[in-house]
Amino acid sequence: MRHLALAAAILLGSTALAGAETVYHRGNTAEPETLDQHLTSTIYESNILRDLYEGLVIDGADGSVQPGVAESWAMSDDGLVYTFTLRNDAKWSNGDPVTASDFVFSYRRILDPATGAKYADVLYPIDGAEAYNKGEADAETLGVRAPDDLTVEITLANATPYFLQLLTHQTSLPVHPATVEADPENFTKPGTMVSNGPYALSEWVPNAHIKAEKNANFHDADSVAIDTVYYYPTEDRAAALRRFEAGELDSNNDGPVEQMTYMSERLGDQLRIAPYLGTYYYAINTSKPPFDDARVRKALSMVIDREFLASEIWGDTMVAGYSLVPPGIDNYGEPAYADYKDMSLLDREDSALEMMKDAGFGPDNPLEVDIRFNTSENHQKTATAIADMWKPLGVETTLTNSDTKTHYAILRDRGDFDVARAGWIGDYSDPQNFLFLLESENEGFNYARYENMEYDNLMKRAAATNDLDERAGILFQAEEIFSRDQPYIPLMYYGSISLVSDRLQGWEDNLRNVHPTRFMSVGE
Amino acid sequence: MIRFILKRLTSAIPTLFVIVTVAFFLMRLAPGGPFSLERPLPPQILANLMAHYKLDQPLWAQYLDYLKGLMTGDLGPSYVYRDFTVDELLLQGLPVSIQLGLSALVLATLIGCALGTIAALRQNRPADYSVMAVALIGITIPNFVMAPVLTLLFAIHLGWLPAGGWGEGALVNKILPVFALALPQIAVIARLTRGSMIEVMRSNHIRTARAYGLPAHVVVGRALRGALLPVISYLGPAAAALLTGSVVIESIFGVPGIGRHFVQGALNRDYTLVMGTVVTVAVFVVLFNLIVDVLYAWLDPKVRLE
Repeated sequence: MRHLALAAAILLGSTALAGAETVYHRGNTAEPETLDQHLTSTIYESNILRDLYEGLVIDGADGSVQPGVAESWAMSDDGLVYTFTLRNDAKWSNGDPVTASDFVFSYRRILDPATGAKYADVLYPIDGAEAYNKGEADAETLGVRAPDDLTVEITLANATPYFLQLLTHQTSLPVHPATVEADPENFTKPGTMVSNGPYALSEWVPNAHIKAEKNANFHDADSVAIDTVYYYPTEDRAAALRRFEAGELDSNNDGPVEQMTYMSERLGDQLRIAPYLGTYYYAINTSKPPFDDARVRKALSMVIDREFLASEIWGDTMVAGYSLVPPGIDNYGEPAYADYKDMSLLDREDSALEMMKDAGFGPDNPLEVDIRFNTSENHQKTATAIADMWKPLGVETTLTNSDTKTHYAILRDRGDFDVARAGWIGDYSDPQNFLFLLESENEGFNYARYENMEYDNLMKRAAATNDLDERAGILFQAEEIFSRDQPYIPLMYYGSISLVSDRLQGWEDNLRNVHPTRFMSVGE
Repeated sequence: MIRFILKRLTSAIPTLFVIVTVAFFLMRLAPGGPFSLERPLPPQILANLMAHYKLDQPLWAQYLDYLKGLMTGDLGPSYVYRDFTVDELLLQGLPVSIQLGLSALVLATLIGCALGTIAALRQNRPADYSVMAVALIGITIPNFVMAPVLTLLFAIHLGWLPAGGWGEGALVNKILPVFALALPQIAVIARLTRGSMIEVMRSNHIRTARAYGLPAHVVVGRALRGALLPVISYLGPAAAALLTGSVVIESIFGVPGIGRHFVQGALNRDYTLVMGTVVTVAVFVVLFNLIVDVLYAWLDPKVRLE
């Protein structure tokens, strides 16, 4: 009997202890390619790195820019020099203080051509960054300096109104110089990694999970409620939904679009759909007749019933889109919508027929269009629906699909295509990050091969303008030209789907879809 | 016997060499590369990356480099999972795949043979029909349907087992994936066993044994020895496939095996990772065919290993 009581006490004691530790099981869509912040390129990686490291500034729970390692900052009047004052209690997970020189080291590392950083160009607004990354200048010429241990001074090449937001990107997260230098190949592994964020890496089993535990040396550790986070690569969205329903995941940052009805019936408030900073579009090959004719492009664009696509095919996880820049973006007003946005579909069809006739197409001379898309059930359905919407114009549509790598290789290498599906998720909340896609010099992204001097000049003028209102006006003019010429057919604005358990508090829906674990808590 | 095994192993080397060579060059025919992303890279950055991984060298030089690495067991870095080498990824994933595959294989063989034998002995009677009906369902319902159905039933409705995750290899996490993996195999093995068992039961030596009035279990034991031959030859390639992971089961249950590396590697154009899995699978196939041959000789005195 006494033994039993003892055993019960031990059991109770251990469960009480286990209960004191809060664990967050976080579905994170895919396996990170790397946890080296300077080599990363995906959203899945940024979700983990945001918890492991802290930059000069950070994302708040609502996606706004908040002080991080820097407790304050000042911008020079010309907008070119930012001076950050670091907090004096910031520490690395091994107890070392976080110093200004750590940031200098980190920026030099990501921009070093030998590093081979995929996203280095995000930092090109920094003075000397582009030249250094292209191997044309030395590290010393980079505009990031440390006048003392607690001051980081960053000089920009041009005024960049979204610069602070840029610094929340994972490319701006610092690395621990001594660890990187000691073991450049393995500093991202558990046991070796030294990080300065609210969490520290403790396990990484590829394709199974990543485990991070609260970093006791973090300056704000007292306010971090969750002790342990597990990130799971939940590639199979339907399986993730089942794991969520079984209570094995507290959140998952995606969901199976094809099960929208089921999810909204079963999950209620736990299904979150929020506007997202992205546009789903079709690029038209403007270098190829007859697609070089703006009338043809506009006619094709006008007759598409975007509301149908968004609600019937994408289950309202997308919103019908009539502009390249999604609404709600910072440093901008309402986007420059296409002029037919508020016309009825029937009227749109009539004027589209007219335009096609002017361009020389009709029942006896049908336009042939091939739509290329990367293999996916919903891209296929979207293309099929669009082909059907084009029928009244006498357009004969064929569909060609290929895997994602092949698809984008064809777009980038200037392969032959008529119309191709693509999408863009903004890296930062600024219209420039969408409109720059169509600059004629932008070889990588300008799938439409659109060349318009007037557009290019407006973009250059905007880049040189410090006054935010004036800049917004110039960018708006550029988007008006885009809407007139329609080198891309904007179809929908992305929405983000998240499954968030009632147990999890502090998950705030936001346009950039960022959800730092440090502001969350797990209840019963 | 030993000489035979050694001879077979030596003759496998040229086979592996051909597989490696063909796979290496075939993969490069696919458009795109490990660094063609949805968001394309600026040319300079792409060049930096290519130089970092020596992908800027001529293809034959890369091939020779790869062969050199292969000789020393170095399968190179993964281009996509940049924090790991292919060796690390395979060493981490292969034991998981083998555990799952082996459990499924043993389960499938035991249940499959038992069911097949019962069906054969009760030929054209209710027991036979029900076993064959179940087997037919097992073969026709694909994994990607069966696995979610099992999860819905046992994890969500009944709440007995986890819906996914590996749980560092805990038994509860293995039950559903092993069962889902074994199910189609049980069906195939049951059908194979039944067919050959019926044939063997009609053969002269078994009829003689029965005529002498030997007890039923002795007769069945004798018959099974001959009836298992087709099953064994099926099990060779099946084992190689099971032990090297299943992409469907692994992604549905979130199991960290190597099946996913194979498919994801190919889609990501992670050349070295695909090569690594190809080599692994090839070695398994060669090995299991050899095991089948050895087993054959042991079970069937007519077969001699030369």
